[in-house]
Amino acid sequence: MSEALVFRFDVDGEDFTSAGQASVIVKRNLRQLGIDSEIIRRVSIAMYEGEINMVIHAGGGVAEVRVDEECIEIVLEDHGPGIKDIDKAMQEGYSTAPDEIRSLGFGAGMGLPNMKRHTDSLEIFSTVGVGTKIVMKVYNKVAS
Amino acid sequence: MKVKELAQISDFGAITLPEGDRDIEGVYIGDLLSWVMGRARADDAWITIMSNVNVIAVASLSDVSCVIFAEGVMPEDSIVETATKKGINLISTSLSAYGTAVRLSEILK
Ligand SMILES: Nc1ncnc2c1ncn2[C@@H]1O[C@H](COP(=O)(O)OP(=O)(O)O)[C@@H](O)[C@H]1O
Ligand SMILES: [Mg+2]
Repeated sequence: MSEALVFRFDVDGEDFTSAGQASVIVKRNLRQLGIDSEIIRRVSIAMYEGEINMVIHAGGGVAEVRVDEECIEIVLEDHGPGIKDIDKAMQEGYSTAPDEIRSLGFGAGMGLPNMKRHTDSLEIFSTVGVGTKIVMKVYNKVAS
Repeated sequence: MKVKELAQISDFGAITLPEGDRDIEGVYIGDLLSWVMGRARADDAWITIMSNVNVIAVASLSDVSCVIFAEGVMPEDSIVETATKKGINLISTSLSAYGTAVRLSEILK
């Protein structure tokens, strides 16, 4: 793995039932690359939460995953409403999700905290009315 | 204990067991999917009453050994089909979530 591998996905904002497909594909690809299963689990969980957020809160977006020897980087970008108060959004339990989303088991306000907990770094760039970009990194502990 | 062995025990039934040889190492109970993603450990048996298709994605990504639908909850055929394709074991029981946990604690001892 000398060059970075890049996987790119359009996340459909209309189709809540298929949300998570990109994460499932990434999980399978990482498994085929022989990456440590705990690392795969962390990447999968963080990416899924981000994917679901793009569907619930932003009408979809684009997800990109770069894999190199050192690190797995997940970049999620949308043109949704943006996040007004990022500190608040990061708090466990804070959610603006509507009731119908909650009845499906989402909207517990644990998504961003989960993304932080399962990654080595999480950066959020968001502008109200423009969109949100989230960059997460998980370091590959197996050094070559 | 293997998932397929649990499915043989009274009170439990197999819905689909594409990976029946997986071992159950622990138990997690919850219906809020982000909590499950954040807190369930790999190889846990996950007890829930939630049965929409997102449950299958969460089960797959969090790497639980099986999903146990409590209270007699039965997922739709299309969801069972998805689970079978994705290698997610589904088990049913008419016990409550609490009753299921109590049974599992006896069985997994
Ligand atoms: N991509 C996004 N675009 C706009 N707002 C977002 C986005 N992601 C998260 N948010 C905001 O941050 C809040 C907290 O997110 P999260 O912790 O994932 O909880 P939940 O998705 O359960 O509401 C959301 O309720 C929403 O207001
Ligand atoms: Mg969320």
